[in-house]
Amino acid sequence: MGHLLEVKDLEVTFALRFGDLTAIDGISFTLDKKEKLGLVGESGAGKSVTGFSIINLISKPGYISGGSVMLDGVKLNDLADDEMRKIRGDKISMIFQDPMMTLNPVLTICTQMTETVHAHRNVTKSEAIDIALDKLKKVYIPSPEKRLFQYPHECSGGMRQRIVVAIALLTNPALIIADEPTTALDVTIQAGITDLLSELCETEDMGLILITHDLAVISQVTEKIAVMYAGKIIETGRTEDIIKNPRHPYTKGLIGSLPGGQQMGKRLTQIKGMMPTLTDIPEGCAFHPRCDIGEQICRETTPLLKSVDGEKRLVACHMAGV
Amino acid sequence: MKTWQRFIDSYFLYSFKRDPVAVTSFSIFVFLVVISFMAPVIAPYSPYDTSTIDIMDSEIPPQWMEEGDERFFLGTDNMGRDLFSTLLYGLRTSVVIGIGAVLFQALLGIMVGLTAGYLGGRIDAFLMRIADIQFSIPYLMVAIITSAVFQIAFGVGRFEELALPLLVIIIGISEWPKYARTVRASVLGEKNKEYVEAARVIGLNRRLIVYRHILPNTLTPVLVISTIQVAQAVMSEAALSFLGLGMPITKPSLGSLINAGFEYVFSGSWWITLFPGSLLVTFTLVIILFGDWLRDVLNPKLYKG
Amino acid sequence: MFAFIIRRIIQAIIVMLVIGFIGFSIQHNIGDPVRDMVGERVSEAERDALRDKLGLNDPFLTQYFRFVKNACHGDLGISYFHNKPTMEVILRKAPATLELVFVTSIIILLITFPVGIYSALYPTSWFSRFTMGASTIGVAVPVFLTAIVLIYIFGVELQWLPAFGRGDTVNVWGWETGLLTWDGLIHLILPSFSLASIMLPLYIRLIRSEMMEVLETEYIKFAWAKGLNRYRVWLLHAFKNTLLPVVTVFGVEIGILFAFTLLTETVFQWQGMGFMFLEAVERADTPLIVAYLVIMIVAYLVIIGVMFVVINTIVDVIYGFVNPMVRIAGTK
Repeated sequence: MGHLLEVKDLEVTFALRFGDLTAIDGISFTLDKKEKLGLVGESGAGKSVTGFSIINLISKPGYISGGSVMLDGVKLNDLADDEMRKIRGDKISMIFQDPMMTLNPVLTICTQMTETVHAHRNVTKSEAIDIALDKLKKVYIPSPEKRLFQYPHECSGGMRQRIVVAIALLTNPALIIADEPTTALDVTIQAGITDLLSELCETEDMGLILITHDLAVISQVTEKIAVMYAGKIIETGRTEDIIKNPRHPYTKGLIGSLPGGQQMGKRLTQIKGMMPTLTDIPEGCAFHPRCDIGEQICRETTPLLKSVDGEKRLVACHMAGV
Repeated sequence: MKTWQRFIDSYFLYSFKRDPVAVTSFSIFVFLVVISFMAPVIAPYSPYDTSTIDIMDSEIPPQWMEEGDERFFLGTDNMGRDLFSTLLYGLRTSVVIGIGAVLFQALLGIMVGLTAGYLGGRIDAFLMRIADIQFSIPYLMVAIITSAVFQIAFGVGRFEELALPLLVIIIGISEWPKYARTVRASVLGEKNKEYVEAARVIGLNRRLIVYRHILPNTLTPVLVISTIQVAQAVMSEAALSFLGLGMPITKPSLGSLINAGFEYVFSGSWWITLFPGSLLVTFTLVIILFGDWLRDVLNPKLYKG
Repeated sequence: MFAFIIRRIIQAIIVMLVIGFIGFSIQHNIGDPVRDMVGERVSEAERDALRDKLGLNDPFLTQYFRFVKNACHGDLGISYFHNKPTMEVILRKAPATLELVFVTSIIILLITFPVGIYSALYPTSWFSRFTMGASTIGVAVPVFLTAIVLIYIFGVELQWLPAFGRGDTVNVWGWETGLLTWDGLIHLILPSFSLASIMLPLYIRLIRSEMMEVLETEYIKFAWAKGLNRYRVWLLHAFKNTLLPVVTVFGVEIGILFAFTLLTETVFQWQGMGFMFLEAVERADTPLIVAYLVIMIVAYLVIIGVMFVVINTIVDVIYGFVNPMVRIAGTK
């Protein structure tokens, strides 16, 4: 059975002046139609880079140095730029974090929407406008005809993000990559966006990769999670399983640090220390300096993803399953 | 000694040594200044000494060319002066006027800026109004106009006699508003800081507060703009001399040499223009490059650390 | 905006009075107009009588006020050399300077935008590196030197282009223009390129840095993620955002351009206002000098003030097109 998206042993390197830096060190995951995958981790873990590498849009001097990204069986990272351009915005759409920065302040919403349609479909101007209006309705924008001819700053934050989602929908993509879509929004608006994304995946038959550091959002929207740490995936599995029963010490720490789980009056738990920067990744397991249950082997050998508790649950920890 | 030691250890010197552009441009600059001041010693002839100048020697090409004369390394100008010597003396004039004018601008501008910034109110409004009016006229126009006025007022003869100091004043007048504005902005920023308040509370008199406390903190932006201003002053002097509103032809300056050479470009004596021109461009360029580096190194980092 | 205009007008008046005063005092103390008007053979007594008649023996202030009064009527004295009213002389020379500045501006616009944008898009190409290097050096080269070098190459060695004067001009309703004749146009080439050379480095660097900044923004990245055509992203999404700062700087720099025309006119014997002024200084033609100064400064302040207002309005309008936040803020 073919997956919609299959990432295998993906490696991303940044060619910097003082040497090459491995930002992503061999990660693999799959995504099926209508599936919602959450990519979790702290800032700097490599989540956004993963998202960009799927559509081969990593900022220079980064580049894909190994592995493959397959969409419906087609290897994306081998495609020429022109070919890739046809996929971007068409089969795969991406949503960024801050809608104010995502939308070009000097162009109307109409321009920014119709140009996407024109770039990928052979339609007339009025047809493009119709499509745009249709998508605006799908994201529940009131009076879309008026909004269409406005500029981004005339809309509120939540509305702007909805518009960005609408833009992502214009070509009926098979996959949406959402990079921290709610981080820049008020908490009250966040729920609206996350619900919207969930709903649209259902109704539009789309896959979703939700990249975020916000576990609460992940738990509400996604079915699968992949936890990233220092450029590697260290745990994957179904969302409910991981939230209820995290196996990797890092994941445990993450879940444990969510407010709400603790008793009142007690200190929130934290994971001591900080995630290493890409230049300082320790030998062996990258997490071991901060880990409570580390042993000799953790300092020496990098743990690989092994399945625990059945096929779909993978953990990269020497101590898991123990 | 402690200050010197601090300087040696400083980030400033460290980053200087690491930047090839900074080191090269600064070295060239120092080299040019030194040889220009050593002109009386190095130059084979003195352009001020009319007894050595023979009009029959004029327009001789550089030594390595066909009609060249080994007495005159780079050839002679239209008046028969040895170009090499004249270049050195001309460079010296440029250096003196360049630095002198900037000192003048800076002093005047800093005075005005400090006064306006610290005293505020009517005095500030008045001083800044003057600065604004002058600021709205391009600096070159101000210099040209001032020079023309001086020439008419003093008469051409007297003007030529006093050309050097007058040019320092002229160019100084043309650009002081820039310093005034910069310093005033700094003062306004510093005025509200706590150390000023503390000084006032101790009962220090105004002048002490301004000079001892506020002034040092305003000097960084002053230093940053000063290098560019020196380059600009040198170019202004060259422009004025080129127009005949600057150094007279008898007192060599790179600008007046270019002017003299201009008429002879058509008869093929290109060296009279090319050598002073290249020297001027090189000199200005190294100042600008050094100034750029200085600006980069002084700006964010000094404030951070 | 209105207060701004009033302020500018007051500034202009103050400056006019100050310059007029300085100029007049100088004129008063130097030279003897009577001696220049009549020959040597007229007797002293007759000259004195003439002076009396001309009011030259009146007290200083009286003469000054007369000067100011005349000035308000547009009479700024008579040029010693040209023997015509100074205003007339100045106005006759004005078109030459204005045309030069106009053509130079066009050259600047046509060159700096493409070069600046290109070097922002391909910063490592040899062309970009070359223009950046040339720009750095270009700042240090004075305009008259460029002019001389250009004359030498194109006028003397290659003999392609003329190095003097305006060529044939056509009189259109009193405006002597060189734009309508082929000869006039080729005479414009060297001077305008020389004049442009001072501004080119500045603008190329400005446009390049603005463009590079814009290219790093999120919305450009989003445009790429949408799979848009390259040129659309560069020329529409990116470029539009660089227009505003560039136009603003241009409005300010145009004054500097006028100042440098003086230098250029000298080299090319371009019969414009700048050249006229320098000739007047040489000839100690005091009335013309004073008149020029007064006119220039007043005209400059007024024109720059007007242009400032006009350009700001145009900038606001363009900005309104380009960045709608302003337009909306205005209508709210």
